[in-house]
Amino acid sequence: MSTNLRILVVESDQNRVRDIVDALGAAGWRDVKALANVAGLQRTVSEFQPDIVLIDLANPDRDTLEHISYVTQTEKRAVALFVDQTDDALTQAALNAGVSAYVVDGLQMNRIKPVLETAIARFKIMRQMQSELDAAKQALEDRKTIDRAKGILMRQRGLSEDDAYKLMRKAAMDQGRKVIEVAQALVTAADLLS
Amino acid sequence: MTGTVLNCGYVPLVDCAPLVLAKELGFASEEGLDLNLIRQPSWSALRDMLALGHLDAAQMLSPMPVAMSIGRGGLAAKIDTLMVLSVNGTVFGVSAALAADLGAVPFGDARAVLDRIAARDGPPLRIGVPFHYSMHRLLLSYWTSAAPQLKIEEITVPPPRMADAVAEGHVDAFWVGEPWGSVAVQRGVGQLMMTGRDVWQFAPEKVLAARHDWVATNDDTVRRLMRAVFHAAKWLDAKRNKPLAVEILGRSEHLSLSSDLVDPAVTGHITPKAGAHPVAVDRFLQFHKNAASFPWRSQAAWIAHHLGADVADVKKAKGCFRTDLYRRNLADIRADMPGASEKVEGSLQFETAVASSRGHMILAPDAFFDGRTFDFAGSDS
Repeated sequence: MSTNLRILVVESDQNRVRDIVDALGAAGWRDVKALANVAGLQRTVSEFQPDIVLIDLANPDRDTLEHISYVTQTEKRAVALFVDQTDDALTQAALNAGVSAYVVDGLQMNRIKPVLETAIARFKIMRQMQSELDAAKQALEDRKTIDRAKGILMRQRGLSEDDAYKLMRKAAMDQGRKVIEVAQALVTAADLLS
Repeated sequence: MTGTVLNCGYVPLVDCAPLVLAKELGFASEEGLDLNLIRQPSWSALRDMLALGHLDAAQMLSPMPVAMSIGRGGLAAKIDTLMVLSVNGTVFGVSAALAADLGAVPFGDARAVLDRIAARDGPPLRIGVPFHYSMHRLLLSYWTSAAPQLKIEEITVPPPRMADAVAEGHVDAFWVGEPWGSVAVQRGVGQLMMTGRDVWQFAPEKVLAARHDWVATNDDTVRRLMRAVFHAAKWLDAKRNKPLAVEILGRSEHLSLSSDLVDPAVTGHITPKAGAHPVAVDRFLQFHKNAASFPWRSQAAWIAHHLGADVADVKKAKGCFRTDLYRRNLADIRADMPGASEKVEGSLQFETAVASSRGHMILAPDAFFDGRTFDFAGSDS
């Protein structure tokens, strides 16, 4: 496997950059450079002359990167968005994992593919971790709101904690809503009335 | 509600209003559509998601479907323009420093602004645009080409960061869609010199786009979508609805912009510099009136021509502006249609009555600042 490709990673989050660079390094690619923002991109591209540029699909700087790829004529050829019509699965996998790749035009598919596969695997893990983190945060927030709503009912209606929860659950079932939605409504109403 | 689910991508700018209102005012659900609006972080991401089948339809910059259909725009794909979502709606402004340097120039005088800018010495003017394949960039190139001595450097900046780019000195001037021009003014970092319509009075800005293959196999869904958007655009252009439109858009989770940022574009009252009185700009942003949503094939041709396309590609570009679908899908909801599908772009100096499906309709002026006209009728032969 050829590992003498120059890879540029555009990513502002330091932890994520380390993750990607480490994953590529472990797979044998050592010539990897990271860039936090696109302000210095044009210079970096012309100096470093990357064969592949990796950037998060969700990064708003993508439009800027893309423009630079149109105008930058590296010593070799222009950089183009990687979309392989012959290997649609790989393109779709990249899209699903949230990574976009810009590669020097004309680069052999068998040289690009392993880099992309490594990046896709890493982005997938990062995405998974992020959504787990978001879910955990949300669960904690919901829990806090439900506790507040229970507290309001306990004070106002003289209910036990258990009964307060049962009351909210019943209201939720009657209205076809979630308990958290009822709790949110209660908290909002209480805030307005206080 | 159990309608047909339709995933539609958009970028949160004021001119995505027809999509937001099609959903929030129930025009989509009336057509049996469950319109799922999916916010996109960049135009390139939106393009990829549409081209690779993760979105059914999307709001696009008008040059994007043309560029992609003729094999440019970063990703080649056959993309159709179903209808125009908005006409005009962009602004050109300069940094506070450059404004001071230029002195007083009448707002909206494209020729005067160009002359004044071109008369300066110094390094190339760095001008921020949101995307290379945008009407912003095409108008900028068209306008500045009238002053060959003016050297410019195009810098792509995501619109929400345009004011920062001006404040931090990364760009000297900018061409951007609302609300980001007004944001630069409110923050006191920039001054608006003119609007897009001062260069081209009737420029197709955003379009409703979908993959050609998907359009071919989803006839009924396409029809419902176009009708819902048509109704939303019509509602938006009614003067009495403007205050409510501002309010709905300001509250919408889809935009997350405050009402005071939505207001200038929707009402056409643009404040050129901090502390100045707003200027009423006629047709600053238009969705429906004067056949605004009609995808004129000549508009596609103009775009292709200015992307440097040859005759064969101009013809291909015309084909992706689907006047045929517009006529077929909107005929029975009393949509007025122009008799022709092409016009000589730039030829209308005044409001002009033309033949239409219901007798006659008024077309708005579509003149260019330099008076040039573009007739692409011959390119079909």
